Amino acid sequence: MEANISLMEIVESKKQEMLSVIKIPKDAISQIEKHGERAYPEECCGIMLGRSDGNNQMVEEVVELDNEQGENRGRRFFVTPKQYLQMERIAVERKLDLLGFYHSHPDHPAVPSEFDRDHALPWFTYIVVSVSQGKARDISAWLLSDTRDRFDRKEFLVEEEVNSRQ
Amino acid sequence: MSIKVFIPTPLRPYTDKKDTVEVNGNTISEVLQDLTSKYGDVRQHLYGENGDLRSYVNIYINDEDIRYLEKEKTPVKESDTVSIVPSIAGGVDVTTIEDEVQLSNEEVLRYSRHLIIPEVGLSGQKKLKAAKVLMIGAGGLGSPLGLYLAAAGVGKIGIVDFDVVDLTNLQRQVMHSTPDIGRPKLDSARETLNGINPNVEVETYEERLSSANALGLFGDYDVIVDGTDNFPTRYLVNDACVLLGKPNVYGSILRFDGQVSVFDAKRGPCYRCLYPAPPPPGLVPSCAEGGVLGVLPGIIGSLQALEVIKLILGEGEPLIGRLVLFDALKFKFRELKLRKNPECPICGDNPTIHELIDYEQFCGIAPHVTQPAEVVDGETEITVEQLKTRLDRGDDVFLLDVREPHEYEIVNIGAYLIPLSTLPKRIDELDPSKEIVVHCKSGGRSGRAADFLRRNGFKSVKNLVGGIDEWVEKIDPSLPRY
Repeated sequence: MEANISLMEIVESKKQEMLSVIKIPKDAISQIEKHGERAYPEECCGIMLGRSDGNNQMVEEVVELDNEQGENRGRRFFVTPKQYLQMERIAVERKLDLLGFYHSHPDHPAVPSEFDRDHALPWFTYIVVSVSQGKARDISAWLLSDTRDRFDRKEFLVEEEVNSRQ
Repeated sequence: MSIKVFIPTPLRPYTDKKDTVEVNGNTISEVLQDLTSKYGDVRQHLYGENGDLRSYVNIYINDEDIRYLEKEKTPVKESDTVSIVPSIAGGVDVTTIEDEVQLSNEEVLRYSRHLIIPEVGLSGQKKLKAAKVLMIGAGGLGSPLGLYLAAAGVGKIGIVDFDVVDLTNLQRQVMHSTPDIGRPKLDSARETLNGINPNVEVETYEERLSSANALGLFGDYDVIVDGTDNFPTRYLVNDACVLLGKPNVYGSILRFDGQVSVFDAKRGPCYRCLYPAPPPPGLVPSCAEGGVLGVLPGIIGSLQALEVIKLILGEGEPLIGRLVLFDALKFKFRELKLRKNPECPICGDNPTIHELIDYEQFCGIAPHVTQPAEVVDGETEITVEQLKTRLDRGDDVFLLDVREPHEYEIVNIGAYLIPLSTLPKRIDELDPSKEIVVHCKSGGRSGRAADFLRRNGFKSVKNLVGGIDEWVEKIDPSLPRY
């Protein structure tokens, strides 16, 4: 019995190590979903700030950005270098890490596209929310593989906010 | 020279978690080279497979983007800070046409003269293959248009027409041949286009374009081409295109003159911006009434085909916001700039038209064209059969022909000739007490002449229904019809 339990614990801890997890408060998710719905049929985008520990990340705050894509905002989002630097600065000021970016896929599944992968950076978590006919349907988190050849799904842990944030 | 380089968060795992590293170099290129030799894993995130900096990697010297300096050759000084700043982009996959469409070896060879033009190339040819173009009308303009679009490899060509090939069409409608006389134009068009290029899918719609079916028909297509010869349909095509946000490649012809433009309300003016209201009915003659030089639709329809292909390729400058007038007699092309009318009722700032309307009514035309023989008004009209009976009986009827002298020369039934335009001046040549029967080619001009005479005190004036055309068809087939 005891041996079994410790084996389970080992498996669990291994799993935790291998899996990269992002913990995100429920109200942050709903903020992302609402942003996607508001921007529909265009794509929305924004950043997640929080803390990181190895592959695990804890989101503390979501900041909405303007989609600076000039044309075709229904299929593209763009964050300018200026916006990016500002976000890095905000992260430093709040003593938080810039954990990654979220964006919406209007009327397309919550799966990163080839275009997303081609333009992705390592380490950042990419959250994609699919908005179908103006309603947020599905949300997922992704991490670029070290070889840049694919996105790996990131475990999503939704936290019943309030407590975790205080 | 030692230079500080700012590393963005996502690349810090590769730089021992440092946000700033010190490397050596006198130019950006040298700095980055030293950086990637010290921290090898950074390379693949900075450079693409072709060895160029990735499009979303921006390099700044202090506050300046090196793109606006000397790019990677920009020199650096000891006190400078070089920053690597990603711009973040993404979005849904636009499955590119390149991925979806393939050309067979036969097609590669068929389109080889396209493929070797850089502006077309393989990707352009694939765009053509993926494109869907709807032609309104399979007549004079539709003929060269259909032939060239099919030859160019447009994947799907839709044609709306309800007419039958007539001998009078063949002088200009080169999509149809002599053995096609009496066949639906759609059948003949499909055969011709597939004969030129069997890879093209030809979809035919044997119906009159109307407010009821236009939006449904247009919805499936990328570009609409207007090859019609009447105002109600022209306004209908325009409005449906504006409502659906589709480009309308417009062409029109009469005698020796032609017009071409591309109306795309998203990018420029629409047909209503150019012509807010239709001309009064009868003012502008149709080709059937006024005639047209056979080559002219060949030129104008080919120009429309050219604009369609440019729109599909996304190359060059489309004829948006420009109207080209062609005078074949003088051989002059004139270009007029068109502006979007902010007051335009359909594409202006405060549009009042939100759905398709009754275009016959809008253009002042009676909505239903009934068979003339069924509505003959004994007071003002006479049929060819009635006229024949009365002439045979020896009744004293004065026959007046209001066509042009060159038409009279083609065929006449011995009537007195006063062209409609000169009738007011020459009215004295007529006896108001006599019974007069007026005719023209098909009844339109003579109707106006009869009205004019009645208003000027002529008591008994009748219009010959169907004109000399009807006379030749029903009474004397030995005469030529034109």
